[in-house]
Amino acid sequence: MAGKTLYDKLWDAHLVNQQDDGSCLIYIDRHLLHEVTSPQAFEGLRIAGRKPWRIDTNLATPDHNVPTTLDERAMGVNGIEDTVSKIQVITLDDNCDEFGITEFKMQDERQGIVHVVGPEQGATLPGMTVVCGDSHTATHGAMGALAHGIGTSEVEHVLATQCLIQKKSQNMLVRVDGDLGEGITSKDVVLAIIGVVGTAGGTGYAIEFGGKVFEDMSMEGRMTVCNMAIEAGARVGMVAVDQTTIDYVEGRPFSPKGASWDLAVAAWQDLHSDADAEFDHVVVLDGASIAPQVTWGTSPEMVLPVFDMVPDPAQEKDNSKASSMVRALEYMGLTAGQAITDIQLDRVFIGSCTNSRIEDLRAAAAVVDGHQVAKTLKQALVVPGSGLVKAQAEAEGLHTIFINAGLEWREPGCSMCLAMNADKLGSSEHCASTSNRNFEGRQGFGGRTHLVSPAMAAAAAIAGHFVDVRTFN
Amino acid sequence: MQAFTQLTGITVPLDRANVDTDMIIPKQFLKSIKRSGFGPNLFDQLRYLDEGQPDQDSSKRPINPDFVLNFPRYKGAKILLSRGNFGCGSSREHAPWALLDFGISCVIAPSFADIFYNNCFKNGILPITLLDEQVDQLFADTQAKEGFELTIDLDAGVICGSSAGDIAFSIDSFRRHCLLHGLDDIGLTLEHTASIKSYEQKRQKQAPWLFN
Repeated sequence: MAGKTLYDKLWDAHLVNQQDDGSCLIYIDRHLLHEVTSPQAFEGLRIAGRKPWRIDTNLATPDHNVPTTLDERAMGVNGIEDTVSKIQVITLDDNCDEFGITEFKMQDERQGIVHVVGPEQGATLPGMTVVCGDSHTATHGAMGALAHGIGTSEVEHVLATQCLIQKKSQNMLVRVDGDLGEGITSKDVVLAIIGVVGTAGGTGYAIEFGGKVFEDMSMEGRMTVCNMAIEAGARVGMVAVDQTTIDYVEGRPFSPKGASWDLAVAAWQDLHSDADAEFDHVVVLDGASIAPQVTWGTSPEMVLPVFDMVPDPAQEKDNSKASSMVRALEYMGLTAGQAITDIQLDRVFIGSCTNSRIEDLRAAAAVVDGHQVAKTLKQALVVPGSGLVKAQAEAEGLHTIFINAGLEWREPGCSMCLAMNADKLGSSEHCASTSNRNFEGRQGFGGRTHLVSPAMAAAAAIAGHFVDVRTFN
Repeated sequence: MQAFTQLTGITVPLDRANVDTDMIIPKQFLKSIKRSGFGPNLFDQLRYLDEGQPDQDSSKRPINPDFVLNFPRYKGAKILLSRGNFGCGSSREHAPWALLDFGISCVIAPSFADIFYNNCFKNGILPITLLDEQVDQLFADTQAKEGFELTIDLDAGVICGSSAGDIAFSIDSFRRHCLLHGLDDIGLTLEHTASIKSYEQKRQKQAPWLFN
C-alpha cells in the first residue's frame, strides 16, 4: 500500500466519523472570523438558540471594511465614515462580545488581515485544521495545516458543532525544482503555477507545494504561495513542515510553550508526505525558468513574463478561451501584441493577505529607496497586513523610505484588494497590485488590475509602467 | 432551508466561462448583515450601466440592454445556464443568496468552483454539472425557442425539455437527500454529538496543545 500524502495525514487525524454515503465529519481546530461573512452566522445561532461548541478555537478581527487612513482610524469604530461598513464592524464587535470570542478590535495593535494575524500570533499551527469564511484561508496551509475557506452557513456550522461535513479532495503535487533566479519571488512562482495549472485546474484537489524552491522559501513566501491556491481552483494549498516552519512558530503568543512545545514539535515531524505517497496529479515546473510575472487579463491565469507581449486571441485555438481573451482585452483596454512594459499605470497597491507581510514591505522598500514615484501616477499605497507588521516596518524605518519616495503609508486592512473600504480604483484605471484577483471590478467599478510581486509593484510605481525588476535601477 | 424537488422554469444562458463570485455579487453589497435582499444586485456590474450602491433603489437605475438577464425573453428565469468554473473566486455565500433572491434556484454548467458548489446546497440551490456537449445543446435550445423552459426533477435525476431529449444528472447522495428534504446540516451534525465528544477526548490526549 502506498504511503500517505500530507493531506491524507491531516485528513485522517481530523476525521470524526464517516457515513455510509462517503460524507465525513471533520473536526476544526481553529476558526478565524471577520466582519463580512460572520454576521448572518451569528444571527443563525441566535435564531436557533444554539451556543458555540468551543469558544477558545475562535479568533476574530475586522479587516475587509476598516478604513486605512489615520484620520478615519483615530476616532475608532464610530469614526468609520461609511455607515454601512461601520454597522458591519460594530456587529462583529457585538457578536464577539456576546458570545465571548477573542477579537482583536480595530484599535488593537494586533488587528489586521485575518490571514496575516493568524500565523503572526501562532494561532494557526502545524497539523491544525483551519477554516474561515474567506477563500484565502488556504494561506495557513503554509504551516503544514489543512486550511480552507468556507461559506457563511459553514461558519455557523463550525460555531455550533466544531465540525464540517466534507468529502475528501484528491491529491495534487505541484513541484518546483531547482533554484529561482535573482529577483524572483514567491509571488512570481505562484502566478507562474496558476498560468500552467489554470484557474480551474486545481478544482477538487488539495495542492501540496513541494520541491527545492519551497524547501528554500521563507514561511512568508510559502504563505503567499498557499494563499493563491484558490486562484488555481484548489480550496487547499499546503507545504510540509520542516525546521523553517518550526523556527517560525516558536515563541509566538498562541504557540505552545514548555513541555507542550516539545510534544508538539515531536508530533509535527510527521507532517510531510511519505516518500512512497501517490498523488492523483503531479505538475512540475523548473524554478530557474520562472521570470517576473504580470497578469494582463481578468483571470489570474491570464499571466505572462514581464518581457512578453499581450497575447492575440486570433492565435488561440480554443474558441471559449479566445472569446474570454477578447472580452478581457476589451475590459482591460489593451491591444494584442502590445508590450507588457508599455502598460501605463494610474495606481499602485502594495498590500493584501497575499503580500503585506514584513518581507514584502522590505522587498518593496529596497526597490523604491532613493527614487520618486512617477509623476503620472495618481496614487501608490502601502498597506501593512497588521498593526504588528506596521510597527515592525516603522522600527526598521521602511515607512520613511516609502513616504520619501512618494508612497502613502496606511493603517492595516484588506484595503484596495477588494475595495470594500474607501481605497479603490476609478473606472478604466490601471493598477499594479500585489493582491490576488484581477476580476472585473474587483478593485473598483471598471478598474483594471495587474497582479505582480511587491518588488515589481514598487518598480512600476517608480517607472509609471511595468519594468523588469531584475534590470531596474 | 427550502426543499428542492422539482423545478420548471425559463432558462437564461450566460455564455461566459469563469463567472466569479465578485461578478455575481460585487463587494459593496457584502456590507449587509442580512441574508436577503441581494436579488436586485445580482450581476450588478453587468446588469446596470452605473455603479450600484447598497441601500439604493435599483428599479430607477439605467439597465444594460445587452446583458442577457435583461432580455425580455428571459424574464422570470429560474434556471441559469453557464460555462466552466462557475462561481470561482471569493467564498462569499452572498452569491447563492443573490441568485436565490433573484429567483434562480438551479445553475447548470460544465463545472463549478468547489466553495460555490458547496454553498449552493446550504441554500436550496441545485448546481448541476453536465458534459460540455450537453451544455452546448442547452445553449442552442435557449437560442432556438423564446420562452424555452426546462424541468428539473431532482428525485429522478433528470432534466426534461431539451430538444435532444431527457438529460440524466447525478448529485452525491447525502447532498441530494438534504436538498430533497430541506434538511438543516447543523441539526444533522448535532446528532453525532457523542462521536464529536469522543473524538475530542482522544485528540486531547494526542495533541494537548490544541486544547488550552
